[in-house]
Amino acid sequence: MSIRGTEIKIEGLTHRYNAKSPLTFNKIDLVSPPGEVLAIIGRSGCGKSTLLHILAGVLKPTEGKALLNGESVESPSPRWVMMFQAPHLFPWMTVRENVGVGLTFARWSKNEIKKRVDEAIELVELKPHVDSNVQDLSGGQQQRVALARSLVMEPELLLLDEPFSALDAFTRASLQKDVRAIAKRLGFNIVFVTHDIDEAIIMADRAVIMAGSPGNIVHKLDVDLPDPRERQDPSVQELRSRLMTTFEQAAYSKEEAPAAASGQ
Amino acid sequence: MNVPAKPATITSGGVIGFFRNPMVARLGWAISGLGILAALWLVFGYYIEQNPDTRTFSKFGLIPTLKAFPELLEIGKLQTAVAVSMHRLSEGLLIAVIVGIPLGILVGRKKRFRELTNSPFQFIRMVSPLSWMPIVVYVFSEWHGSIVFLLAIAAVWPVMFSTAAGLAKVDPAWFMVARNLGARPMHMLTRIIIPAITFDILSGLRLALGVAWIVLIPAEYLGVTTGLGYSIQDSRETLSYDHLTAIVVTIGVIGYTLDTLLVVLIRRFSWHRG
Ligand SMILES: Nc1ncnc2c1ncn2[C@@H]1O[C@H](COP(=O)(O)OP(=O)(O)OP(=O)(O)O)[C@@H](O)[C@H]1O
Ligand SMILES: [Mg+2]
Repeated sequence: MSIRGTEIKIEGLTHRYNAKSPLTFNKIDLVSPPGEVLAIIGRSGCGKSTLLHILAGVLKPTEGKALLNGESVESPSPRWVMMFQAPHLFPWMTVRENVGVGLTFARWSKNEIKKRVDEAIELVELKPHVDSNVQDLSGGQQQRVALARSLVMEPELLLLDEPFSALDAFTRASLQKDVRAIAKRLGFNIVFVTHDIDEAIIMADRAVIMAGSPGNIVHKLDVDLPDPRERQDPSVQELRSRLMTTFEQAAYSKEEAPAAASGQ
Repeated sequence: MNVPAKPATITSGGVIGFFRNPMVARLGWAISGLGILAALWLVFGYYIEQNPDTRTFSKFGLIPTLKAFPELLEIGKLQTAVAVSMHRLSEGLLIAVIVGIPLGILVGRKKRFRELTNSPFQFIRMVSPLSWMPIVVYVFSEWHGSIVFLLAIAAVWPVMFSTAAGLAKVDPAWFMVARNLGARPMHMLTRIIIPAITFDILSGLRLALGVAWIVLIPAEYLGVTTGLGYSIQDSRETLSYDHLTAIVVTIGVIGYTLDTLLVVLIRRFSWHRG
């Protein structure tokens, strides 16, 4: 299995939920080259999920465009697959059936499905559980099934909205490394939203900070570290504190300024 | 399916272990319960036999009833009545399912439709199906169709309401995930909605079966000259009380069997845990 990535180009992206609500974000511009793993971090409510939903084609921008390899995203597609905070597996299907479900929608042949599903399950290390009831799996294993279910579609872009926030620290740490490794091995793009600065540093090639109301990208930071990355590495620690400082400055300089002043 | 014979039961000793087996235990309780019922019946039969005032009714007892079965089977009366009644029941239930499931899906998925139809549905539901009889006979002008209609209108509500209730519990995220993976509207129905609510549909069908089976017998008291309900009327008029009770027992056995069958199906299709 090898997947080609895509060039993501966001141009003047503006969004509001409805005529009465304020702008969620205003004129965002961003380019992400093929194969990049991009983290979006920012305070709650600054529009991260909204941006991700537009990239997934489930929400429409008010103005501007999201382009993948020059093609405008208008609707959901197996080529850009979104994974959610909860695995949302289909409980009446086995692990194998859950993973293959997208391929059956696309009417792949039985043999082809089996081959691809086996590969995907191997990739997320769930081989002993192929025929299990998904309700009998742990939270981390379920999230792995959800990952395999997305990967089996061989998407150019995987969108993750706080994908591991519901998991315990150990499971989260191992999945973070796995997902990055799989993305690097197969070559697809990832855009993920997180509240966790460590997660951004362990997983991403680059992190962007969103802040303000309406929101925008206020800072970009390359995470230029060798793989595999360990939390306790000095280089990781150093980058972590840099990102933390930048994040706080970015937040204060924008919408939080009055609150910060009154807090002092 | 269930293989509760764990090593522990073997080591804890043959006979006791056998009775500790939950399936055996459950069967034991069921048989005991039915045994008590039969015993009460036997006693009841004995006393009406002893009392000169009630002796005419002694054929209601357990022993005459059991003796009536071979007679009824030999003249083919029982088989015919069962076949005819089952035929009506299955047609009525089939209509209830064909109408009830799509209506239930509409009610469950479309808020406007639910709000519009809730009051009229609740209103019609509370009218006893049998009260439709005079109108229905007029409309259908033949008895078989009338009875099937009564069964259908009795059975449609549980099917519809539990389909709708099942849909209300469906996680909206499943649709989002499916759409993300390229599902078309047809897939939403066949791959997501139907499997997600099969359990609820079958539970509704179980209730529907119960109601329809109860409505069927009085419906067959009126007009028709076939079926289990008619056979009861007929036995009463010819004073064959042993035949009457034998048919009553048959009605109970069939109802119980069909219900058990659905319970098995519900277990088979349930993905719910706990
Ligand atoms: N369906 C909606 N209708 C109207 N406003 C909405 C809707 N969803 C979100 N919003 C508003 O849009 C803004 C951005 O929401 P969004 O969910 O994108 O934030 P987020 O950055 O993902 O936050 P979090 O980190 O808490 O998930 C918020 O102010 C929110 O109140
Ligand atoms: Mg969010």
